[in-house]
Amino acid sequence: MIEVSYRQILQNGVWTQNTGLVALLGLCPLLATSNSVVNGLSLGLATTLVLLMCNVAISLIRPLVRPEVRIPVFVVVIACAVTAVELAMHAFLPGLYTVLGIFIPLIVTNCCVIGRAEAFAFKNGVAKSAVDGIATGLGFMLALVLLGAIREVLGQGTLFSQAELLFGEWGTSLTLHLIPDYRGFLLAILPPGAFIGLGCLIAIKNVIDARTQRQVAARPATALMTAGS
Amino acid sequence: MKTIFRSMGMAALILAGFSVVGAGLVAVTYTSTKDIIAKAQQAALETSLNQLVPADRYDNRVVEDAIEVVAPEWLGTNQPVTVYRARKNGQPVALFATPYAPDGYSGPIQLLIGVYADGTLAGVRVLAHKETPGLGDGIDEKRSPWILAFAGKSLENPPLERWKVKKDGGAFDQFTGATVTPRAVVKATRQFLEYVQTHQEALFVKAKG
Repeated sequence: MIEVSYRQILQNGVWTQNTGLVALLGLCPLLATSNSVVNGLSLGLATTLVLLMCNVAISLIRPLVRPEVRIPVFVVVIACAVTAVELAMHAFLPGLYTVLGIFIPLIVTNCCVIGRAEAFAFKNGVAKSAVDGIATGLGFMLALVLLGAIREVLGQGTLFSQAELLFGEWGTSLTLHLIPDYRGFLLAILPPGAFIGLGCLIAIKNVIDARTQRQVAARPATALMTAGS
Repeated sequence: MKTIFRSMGMAALILAGFSVVGAGLVAVTYTSTKDIIAKAQQAALETSLNQLVPADRYDNRVVEDAIEVVAPEWLGTNQPVTVYRARKNGQPVALFATPYAPDGYSGPIQLLIGVYADGTLAGVRVLAHKETPGLGDGIDEKRSPWILAFAGKSLENPPLERWKVKKDGGAFDQFTGATVTPRAVVKATRQFLEYVQTHQEALFVKAKG
């Protein structure tokens, strides 16, 4: 088996194999909760926490689990982690729970959680699995926050509205009204806006990747040329 | 053959073990957060009640002074609706309930209505709705101040036959491009006021003694 470095794990999770933008896993929560930055950030944080808990737990119980029953065991572990996170959120962040309520249990259905369990945590040590969980979660959160920002600015003309749900009272001052007296652009808030926005984000990521690839390909050539002249 | 059964048994045991441990962990989390969740829900309810009736108008624990009523023809739902009673020195001050406006544009709209003992509205709020964003969601206090206009109204003010949206010849504004939603809210509010008027004594009966 090829050993992966921490750097590679981080790079894969956040960028190269980004759950939201490359693997396109977990589209249901991604599209549904990305109508504002705060919603996206909150679900991103909850998903990251679940990924971290599941990856650590699964990598710890590796020696105990026979391969034949690994998938049901993963399901049990994930369900427990999500339930715990949901109960904790209901208890300590009730305002946020009312906004995100139904999407927290849906983290269970986010394929990226069981995907990372099967593809990574079941084959690697605790430390690396933990980093992988955080990296994958951060990647998902990045997609959620970017999409949330695009949709919130276009749809309501604000950024960080309702931040008090996540950060407490002082969050109210975080809300930015970018466009005063904005009438709102309904399409961005509605589901089609989520699909269009996600499409644009994927396109932008592909452009960036293509550009870096060209630069990498061009580098040895220029090195040769300078050496030759 | 024996080895197959052996490994099947092992696998089943492992799975059972994990299920038991997992259920145990969930049970522990549940018991340790149960009280905090109940408190948070009560606090949220109290906050929204106090938006309608200021806390200094009553002196009882409103969230505990509650009865359940079933009145589908008045409250827009077959389910029991909880009615909370506010009192001062034992005298009725106001009551709150969460009836539904069943004929919203996209499904029922859950309201929170507060009515003073003299029959005037303390106010109306929308708790849950699925109305079209940008059109019908103006009933939400966060989107437009429309719903605040109910405060101080009663079945005499405006008169009963004017408890409609303006388009239907009534006294209440509708929204541009959305009449169904405000019509449903006005109707549900009127029905609730009528329900309170006809059942006032029964609704204020004390739970104990």
